[in-house]
This record gives sequence, C-alpha cells and structure tokens, in this order.
Amino acid sequence: MSRLQVKKSDDVQRSVNQMYEVLERRMIAGAVDSCPADFHLGFLKMCHAQTCGKCTSCRIGLKQLQNLLEDVLENRATLKTIDLIKETAANIYQSADCAIGYEAARMVYHGVTECYDEYVKYIEQGGNIDATKIAVPCMADCPANVDIPGYVALMYSGRYEDAVRLIKRDNPFPATCAFVCEHPCERKCRRRMLDTPINIRGIKRAAVDFAKDVPDEPKAEATGKKVAIVGGGPSGMSAAYYLTLMGHDVTIYEEKSKLGGMLRYGIPSYRFPRERLQDDIDAIINLGVKVHRGVRIGKDISLETLRQENDAVYIAIGAQTDKKMGIEGEEAKGVISAVDLLYQIGEEQMPDLTGRNVVVLGGGNVAMDCARSAVRLGAAKVSVVYRRRQQDMPALAAEVEATVAEGVEMITLQVPLKIEQNATGEVIGVRVQPQIISLSDKKGRPSPRNAAKPEEVIPCDTVLVAIGQNIEYKHFETSGIEIKHGAIGALDDGNVPENHGVFAGGDCVTGPATVIRAIEGGKVAAANIDEYLGFHHVLGEEEIEIPVVHLDNKRGCGRVELPEREAHERRTDFEGVELGMTEEELKQESNRCLRCDYYGYGSLRGGRAQKW
Amino acid sequence: MVNLTIDGKQIAVAEGTTIMEAAAMLDITIPKLCYLKEINEIGACRVCVIEVEGMDRVVTSCNHLVEDGMVVMTNSPKVRDVRKTNVQLILSEHNSNCPTCIRNGNCSLQDLADHMGLLSVPYKTSYEEGFTDTEFPIIRDSSKCIKCMRCVSFCDKVQGLEVWDVINTGYRTTVGVKDNKEMAEANCSMCGQCVTHCPVGALTVRRDIKDVYDALHNPDIITVVQVAPAVRAGFADALGVDGEELTQGQMVTGLKQLGFDYVFDTNFTADLTIMEEGSELIHKLTHRDEYAWPMFTSCCPGWVRFMKSEYPEMVDQLSTAKSPQQMFGAVAKTYFAEKIGVDPSRLHVISVMPCSAKKYECSVDEVNVVSGVRDVDTVLITREMLQIMKMDNIDLANLEESEFDSPLGEGTGAAVIFGASGGVMEAALRSAYFLLKGENIDPDAFKEVRGFTERRELEANVDGTVVRCAAVSSLGEARELIEDIKAGKVTYDFVEVMACPGGCAGGGGQPINDGEERGALRGSRLYQLDRDNKVRYSHENSEVQILYKEYLEKPLSEKSHHLLHTHQKDWVY
Repeated sequence: MSRLQVKKSDDVQRSVNQMYEVLERRMIAGAVDSCPADFHLGFLKMCHAQTCGKCTSCRIGLKQLQNLLEDVLENRATLKTIDLIKETAANIYQSADCAIGYEAARMVYHGVTECYDEYVKYIEQGGNIDATKIAVPCMADCPANVDIPGYVALMYSGRYEDAVRLIKRDNPFPATCAFVCEHPCERKCRRRMLDTPINIRGIKRAAVDFAKDVPDEPKAEATGKKVAIVGGGPSGMSAAYYLTLMGHDVTIYEEKSKLGGMLRYGIPSYRFPRERLQDDIDAIINLGVKVHRGVRIGKDISLETLRQENDAVYIAIGAQTDKKMGIEGEEAKGVISAVDLLYQIGEEQMPDLTGRNVVVLGGGNVAMDCARSAVRLGAAKVSVVYRRRQQDMPALAAEVEATVAEGVEMITLQVPLKIEQNATGEVIGVRVQPQIISLSDKKGRPSPRNAAKPEEVIPCDTVLVAIGQNIEYKHFETSGIEIKHGAIGALDDGNVPENHGVFAGGDCVTGPATVIRAIEGGKVAAANIDEYLGFHHVLGEEEIEIPVVHLDNKRGCGRVELPEREAHERRTDFEGVELGMTEEELKQESNRCLRCDYYGYGSLRGGRAQKW
Repeated sequence: MVNLTIDGKQIAVAEGTTIMEAAAMLDITIPKLCYLKEINEIGACRVCVIEVEGMDRVVTSCNHLVEDGMVVMTNSPKVRDVRKTNVQLILSEHNSNCPTCIRNGNCSLQDLADHMGLLSVPYKTSYEEGFTDTEFPIIRDSSKCIKCMRCVSFCDKVQGLEVWDVINTGYRTTVGVKDNKEMAEANCSMCGQCVTHCPVGALTVRRDIKDVYDALHNPDIITVVQVAPAVRAGFADALGVDGEELTQGQMVTGLKQLGFDYVFDTNFTADLTIMEEGSELIHKLTHRDEYAWPMFTSCCPGWVRFMKSEYPEMVDQLSTAKSPQQMFGAVAKTYFAEKIGVDPSRLHVISVMPCSAKKYECSVDEVNVVSGVRDVDTVLITREMLQIMKMDNIDLANLEESEFDSPLGEGTGAAVIFGASGGVMEAALRSAYFLLKGENIDPDAFKEVRGFTERRELEANVDGTVVRCAAVSSLGEARELIEDIKAGKVTYDFVEVMACPGGCAGGGGQPINDGEERGALRGSRLYQLDRDNKVRYSHENSEVQILYKEYLEKPLSEKSHHLLHTHQKDWVY
C-alpha cells in the first residue's frame, strides 16, 4: 500500500476549472451593463457554490443575503431591507471562518454601500426602469462613440474609404487613433466571451493604410459665426473640424511652430510617424480652418480680446508643463524633463545622448516614450526607475514590453530621494530608497513602503523626469476662468461656468489623459458651441450604408496582432515601429467581429446612430 | 439575383431578400412570432429558426439575408426540436387561460402551439402578474406578455412616443410603461396600435360592452348608435369578404338586430364637420394675419392628445371643430332629442369606432354641450361591435341589407373617406372649393392626397386662393412634419394628421389580423363607397342642409359654435 500519491485532477475538476477561466473572461466582457442588485445576487450565488458548508455565517448567511436581494428584485423589499442586507453582510464578514465567506460578504457589503442610491431607486420605482442595456460594448466604451462594428464591417467588405469616412463622423483623427489610441473599445469586446477581443485598433490601422482618396464631408452653409480655438492639439482640432463642417468660421491659435499638440510634442515619431500625423492634420485644416502659429494666449493676445473678436472660444491648451518631483538636485546639469525632451524631438532638434547612462523616473507611457527615445538618441544604458512593481506601472503592458525589448532595464521598487551631483553640478546618480510592496489601498492597488534596506545610489549622468504634466492655467485664471484641482473648471458639456460663449475640453480639463478623450472633448464642445450659437446642425445626414451580416460560424479563432520591426533594428532610428496587417489578416480579423450592432440588444435599440 | 435552395426547391431572388421572404415566395411558411416587417426584425422569439447547410447553429430567418448557394432546411429535425423548445419556454411564462382570453381564437401563440401539436410544457410554469390601470382605454396584462417587443418597437419607430420600455434586467426583463409611470401620465396617445400589433392578449382595449347591454335592456332608455366611416371596412374583414366588396347594409341590419332604437351614421356628422371645419379654414384664410399657421385637423383624438402632450404651444392651431363622433353626440342630444320629443337624459348615445382613443375623447368634459352630461355615452370599438354581435348569436354571413335610419343617417362620399388618411383633407377641399367659388369641382380633383403614412403635399388653387396642404398618418410622420415646419423647411396652410397608419381604416380598434396591415385594403373599400355614392360633396348632404335650416342656421353660427366647436386649450390632458 502506497503512503502518498501525486495529485491529479479528474475530468470533472478540469471541466469546472475551464469554466472558471471562461467566467473570468466573461466577467471582463460584460458585468457592468446590468443592475447592481441583480449583479450582486449573481455574484453571491456563484460565491455560495464555492462554500464548503461547514460554517453558519457562510452556509446560511450567504443564502439569506440572496433571499434579501431577491426581495429587492421582486419588489417585496422596503428601505429597511437594505439595512438588513448591510447588517447581515457586515456580520458575515466579521465571523466567517475563511475567505470564501468573508470576502463574499465584504464585497456585497461594499457593493450595497456604494450603490445604495440605486437600491433605494429600485425600491421606490418598483424596478429598474433605466437599466443600462449596453447594446454595443465597444461603442459604449469609446469616448468618441465611433461606430466600430460599422467600420469593421466596411473593412471586411473592402470598402476602405467608407470605413475612414464612417470613423471621421465621430473622430477626425483616424490615422492618429490607428497608431496610438489606447483602445478602451477592446476591453469589453463581446468576442472575449468566446476567445479574445478583436483587434479594433489594428483594423483601424488597416483602414488608414488601405484607404486611398477619402472624400471630404459636405460643409454646411456659412453661418457667419466666428469661433476661436486655443490650442492646436487633438481636442482643439477636433472641435475645429466639426465646427467648420457646421459652417462656422474657425481660427486655431497655436503656441508652437507646428500643429498637433501632444501628438507631435508628446509622442515620438517611432510610435506615430510624422507623415501620418500630417495626413490627419491636413484633412482638417484643408477644410478651411485658419491657423495662427507661434501665438501664445496671455502673451501675444489675451483671452479677453479673443472673446471680443469671436462669437465663441474653445480652450484646449492641454497639459504642457512638467511636474517637479520636489527632491534635492532636481536642477543639476543632466536632469531633463520629459516635456522638454519630447518637445525637442517634436521640433526635430534631436538631443544627443550618445554614450550617456540614462535613468528615467516614472512608470507611465511617457516614461516609456522617454526611455525608448533615449535608446534611439544613442544612450549607452537606459534604466526606468519606478516605485512599485512592473505590473503596477500605469503604462500599457505592451509599451513596457516593447521598451524592455529595446534593451531598457526596469528597476522597480525604488523611490528616488535625491539626485546626486558632482562639484560642477553634473548628475552622477540617483539616490533611492528600496521599497517593499505592501498593503493595498482602498481601490485594491498594492502600495509600496520603505523596505528595511539601506539607501542606494544608481549611477548615471542623465535623468529624465516623467512623472506627469501640469496645466498652465495662470492667464486663464486671471481672466476669470475657474480653476479646479489645477485644471480648467469646465462642465461635462464643455461650458465654462460664468463665462458665456467660453468652452473648454481635453487635457486642460481632464488632466493628462488619452487622445481619444481629448477628441471627445472637442466633439462635445463643437456640438454645444453650435447650439450656443443658435444652430442645430446635424452631422452625418448622408447615410453610409453598413453591410448587413453574413452567416458565419464564429468558431474560436486567434487574434491577429500587429507585428513590430525587430527590436535591435528599430532601436537605432525614429522610424515607425509597428507594422500593419496584410489584407488576408484584415479579412480574417474583421470577420471575428460578432456584430453586436445586429445581434443581441443592438437589433432592438442602440445598434447604430450615424448622426449627432 | 441570388440563387439558393430551400427545402430542396431552387429559387432565385433579389439581393437583400430575407430567408423568410424567399421561403414565402416558394409558399413555404416559416413560423414566426415577434417579427413585424421593418418594425420589429429583432430575432427575439427564436421561433423562425431554420437550418443552413454548413452552419453549426440554426439561424433566424426573419433577419438574415439570402446568400448565393445557400441550402436552407425549414423543417429539419433539428429545426423542429429547437422551435419546440423555444415555444415551450415561451409558454412556460405565459398565462395560458385561453378560453377566457380576449384573443382566444385569434392569437399567434395559440396558433403556433396548435400547428406544432404541442400537448404539454415540460417546464415549471410561472408568469409575472399585474395589470396597468384598467380604467384606461389601453390595458396591459403582464401575465400574457411574451416580450416580443413589438409594442416597444411600434411605439418607438412608428409613433415616436416611446410609451413602452424594456425594464429590469436579466430574467426579470419585461415590458413596462416608460419610467414605470401610470398609463395616464405616460403621454400615450391611445392610438391602440400596440394592441393591434400584439401577437397575444397582453395588450387590450378596455371593454365597455356591459354599459351597452345595460342601456339596451333599460326600458326607460332610448339607444342611439352611430357608426364611424371606417368601421364598415373593418366589418367587411370580419365577414371574410375579399377586395372591395361592400357590406355596409349587413352591418346596419346587424346593429338593428342588437336592438338599438336608432341606427345612425357618423358619416352624417363627418359631412357636418366639413361644413364647419371648411368654413373655419376659409375664415382663417381670409384673415391670414390673425392666426398661426398651418391649421391642423382635429378629428383624430390620438393626434389631438399627441399635440397636447408634445407640442402644447401649437394647440391653438388645431381646428376648433369637434370630431364627427362628438358632433354627432351634440346634435343627437339637442336637435334630435327635441325632434323626437324626448328629454336628452333618456338618450344613450353609443358610437362604434375603429379607435381606442375615442373612448377617451367622449369622456373629456369640455367637449360636452352640457357640462357633466356626456354627449356620447359609450364608445365601442369595431372589435367590440363584432363581439357583441357574436354574443347575441347574430349570423353575420346571412344578414340582409338595410339602410341607416333618418334624420342622422345620411352620409356623402366625402364623409366616408374620413376613414382613410387624406380623406378629411380631400373632403374639405371639395367643399371649400364650392364655398369659395360657388360651383363644384371634379370630386377626384384632389386625389393626390390619398395614400398611406407617407407625407402627401398638394397645392390647391381654389379660385385664386392657393391652399398649401399636407396629409400624414402615424405620429412619427406627424412629428417629422411639425419639426420641418418649426425648422422653416416647409410651409403649409392646412394639415391633416391621423394617428394610425393609413388613418382610421388602420385604427387601433379595428379587427386584428396578425402579420397583415389591412389599413390600405380597408381604405380602398372606403374609396369604393365614395365612388359609388351619388352624392360626393359634404355641402350636398340634404339632411345636413335641413339641420342648418331648422336648427343651426349656418356654419360657424353662434349655435354651431356652442354645439360643434370646442376650446382645444381647455381640454384637460
């Protein structure tokens, strides 16, 4: 008789495990479009299936919580029921023996607390009368509301120009987003329930790669109204594009020598080649947008003058100045801010970092841009120093991966204390305090704390600081614009309170965010400026016919990823890194789309709206 | 053309044809439940599934298009199994007390289960219970609803009112009044189109048959019934006659057999409406600057309610003329009561209408001549008239023809077309021409305004006065028209709106033939009646002329105003 045996999972366990994996994907793909009470009940039921049944609180308690939630959902509850749910959940959390019970109860407790108003509403209104039924998840998560299934279907049908036209209905930066959009649309792609989200950004890249002559949208009759736009970045230019189509007379005031804002002065060309940026800019400006370059509002011309000379003003100045770390030695020779470095690259005045030993401080996408640029500028060694772990970095995982591939070291769990310098004030290193990853904060993100280790010095001669940007709001503040938390205090519709005819959007309102959020700001402002000027122009009147679905089995199929140039080759130049799809790949990838515009709730409501 | 094979038969059909449509061309019927052409093609019920060679799963035929080389099986074992399960699932949540259901014998779900030979449901059966306000003309019974979403889609897409909404989540998802409001507060026009497009008995129009029986059996009460123009076209449906065959005389006989003391025709007051509304239009045209334009017709209570809830600022642009139903009630309880020497309180006026909103209209206090006394006591819809005839075992197939009673029984060809979209406009123009020029125009001179829901425009030149006219039916079209007016895109003088597609012929009180839109066919029956009528001008209705002579003096006289007009603004909505 053997005393021990190796563990093996049986078929049942394998099956259940597989289902768990699918469940994990499924939860990402679509948990949010339901009612919180309904979702909490579903969550509890699943937790309860995991209980071993030994203890009172978990075995009976989770069941009673379910009963109470059923009471809410079946309109048998009163406001007291919510209190009982919270009290019961709190007590189960206090007393359950293991995490199966106490974690389930804790989640329900927090869920009910955070969604308390929703519960009250449900009880008072006798049901969930405004349940968000998300018809098309990708569109719901696209700030600019681009008709994604529409253009994916057009791409499948080979109608590339129409695909770009359709994108431009909501987003006048198709090439930009094809290269650098953070693609929030892909996260909840329903295809994830089946295998993996479709490569939406990749398909958009194919659209701008394959489309030849995309005709301009028709311009409305001239209104005679003048709109000034402060800032020629993605937000300002988006507003300019739509306002021009609406027939308004638009002038952009740009401080720098070229248009593009952070697309040019924040994103290095190896991620987004300049000629492709120029395609987007030309398509907007050539509609008849006037541009004044090298003009700074507050210095060359005041906001007040702009207001007097125009019927409306849109402020989209972005977040252009660098954040200081506030540590000793920040002024040493060899310390360069990310903003300055990327500005010089944007102006095509490449700094020479040949042979330098570079440390980049920060863990976001800008830090990665700095590190990869430093590699291309000839640095001998580049290290990214970050206070948490690599997986905690706010930068996109793919960006971090590409950075590592180009030979950049990731030095994690180090907090910079001081920039060490020599007698002549040149950087010789960064003094850091090693960290240990520790307790999670309220949002569940693990925080670092000082480790019981001595300080260290990371030797280097150049420090690139990429810890964030600020908004230069001084002039606007003195001109009577409200500043909230260091940003322009505009409302969600772009209106600046107490300033009729002044609108603001993009990074200068949201703080440093993504391109597509900036575009959204511009689009929202355009619509509301049009209303403010007394018009109700509807864009997209001419319908672009979207191909109907064709029958397809939609079996599991791998996602086509965009290839990149080999790391050792690309790290020596500023040419584009990412390559596009072939037509063969495009055909397969676009056919992976499950057409949520046509199947599911989309066929009843919310499937498509080309006009806005 | 696209070539495909369905159940072994080859066919070539135009690109863009659905599989269901292609099958129909081969006389192959695919069962369906939630489908409503162009309005609700959402594939919700999963009944119209078919098998396509090469596909792993079955496919809904209502919303998938034919593809070249497709091989379709509409009745394979797999299809039958899937369909059976889905219908059983629907039945597991449906209150199947068929014998006491208003749609017994005219229910798509019942029909489907019958065709499939289902004898049992293997699942636990439970259904949501509850009714909306049962005093309101439109009533929803949750226990019957199969969530086909037709009512939601119809109200959204055709009527543009969004009264119905999808509420709750997960398996509790159901149809409810938007924001869980009471029906009376939901801006419902009461057009009843959701009822006629409901495949089952979840949506119904309030039954008022008992009131009619009470009146009929009360020896102190004299019953007077009026029948709206479009009802006769709906009656023909019930008799199962095809085409434009006419059965008006049988309907009159049927009503007489029910025991009504007087069987009159709303056509009489339709002609009267033309006299009043036509004169009002001419008065306004000759005092253009004093009025806001255009003038809108006011005979459709669904439309009037819509105007009041959606465009309250334009209510004064509605004609002040009451609808033919209400004019009839007013005349019956004054002129007619005097004529037969009876106190109006002893008269019970019943109208048979193709319309659920008429039940509301007669209850609006402001329309009555004497406050608190109803000019029209009870409104039955066409379906209730047929029901009460059934209850009295009247053999519809073998009725003789008879004539309406006098003096409120005469109607011209111009009156009968009130029941079709564009008809009021056409009738008004025929008489306006006469009133302005003193001579008759060819009665078909304005036939361009005939049509279905789409907007029809006409510039009528009446003796040098150009009247820019437009007619639409359906409230979605009405909204579009008003928005165009507001945006300055169009300018009209006179606009006719009917809430139901095709006008009263397609009214919410008409017989239900699921899957068929019979409004146009019924409308053509009405135009046939117009052609056949010896008199085709409202101003030539001799009984109307007598009414003016003996009682009202002339159109827009003080008495006319008192009896036949109303202040639209005062109506409580």
